[in-house]
Amino acid sequence: MSQVIHHDEHYDPEGSKIGMWLFIFTELLLFGGLFIVYSVYRYLNADAFHLAAEELNTTVGALNTVILLVSSMTIAMSTTALQKKQKATTIVLLEITFMLALIFLINKYFEWGVKFDHGIFPGSEFMKAEMSQGEVLFFGLYFVMTGLHALHIVAGLVIMGFALARIQKGTVHADRPSLLENAGLYWHLVDLIWIFLFPLFYLIT
Amino acid sequence: MENEKHHIVPYRLYAIILLILLSLTFLSIEITRINLGAFTVAGALLLASIKSSLVLVYFMHLKFDKAYIQIMVGMVILLFIAVVLVTFFDYYFR
Repeated sequence: MSQVIHHDEHYDPEGSKIGMWLFIFTELLLFGGLFIVYSVYRYLNADAFHLAAEELNTTVGALNTVILLVSSMTIAMSTTALQKKQKATTIVLLEITFMLALIFLINKYFEWGVKFDHGIFPGSEFMKAEMSQGEVLFFGLYFVMTGLHALHIVAGLVIMGFALARIQKGTVHADRPSLLENAGLYWHLVDLIWIFLFPLFYLIT
Repeated sequence: MENEKHHIVPYRLYAIILLILLSLTFLSIEITRINLGAFTVAGALLLASIKSSLVLVYFMHLKFDKAYIQIMVGMVILLFIAVVLVTFFDYYFR
């Protein structure tokens, strides 16, 4: 029995995965609660929600959907590359994911900017004067839900940054892929939430 | 410690899933352009559910995970659906 025990290298991929999934469950229920608030208010203010949703730009929303779907694929592929021990490919794919996430945020910045120029933002005098209560509710939910989602994109960027650094350093590799796998799971969660946000806010008018 | 090898998902599978996801996205944009009343909401939500299950099963590796993780995910989804149903029963019969 000459097993070498590394005291400093406690590594439990199964445990990390369960931990990440439990965290994802809390995130799903957090957004789930917001989706329920949205559906109830939509049910109670159907006409106002219909009117307000026409304000949103479907093209920008669709573009961001495509960006997130592609980025989900690239981070999933980077896990495959890591397992195949193709370090350079792993890094490039993760960097592409990172850039796509940034582009998503830039789009969001301009999208929100246009809304602000039109006087649509939480607490605006224009909204209080011109809009019905239902429309104010719609835009309130729009800013809270897409804003919370955008915060998750920022968190995703930070996690990807850590993963990139650790892959480059060599502490995340084919036999210790947990950090990259969990970054991937988190990123897919962000994608998953957007899959529902997009039709609910941009498509159903 | 972990001797069992990870299942390596080929690049091609991810690319195919992406293509399906993109086509479903454009399909849902087209469907919601036609005014079908209540069916628009139902159609968009149905397509979103199909898309999210593809992401869960393939991108998030659930297909290759152990059964207990799959069961836990399923239970969370069921819990969410139950809460939605209870909420709407409450509002509908008020």
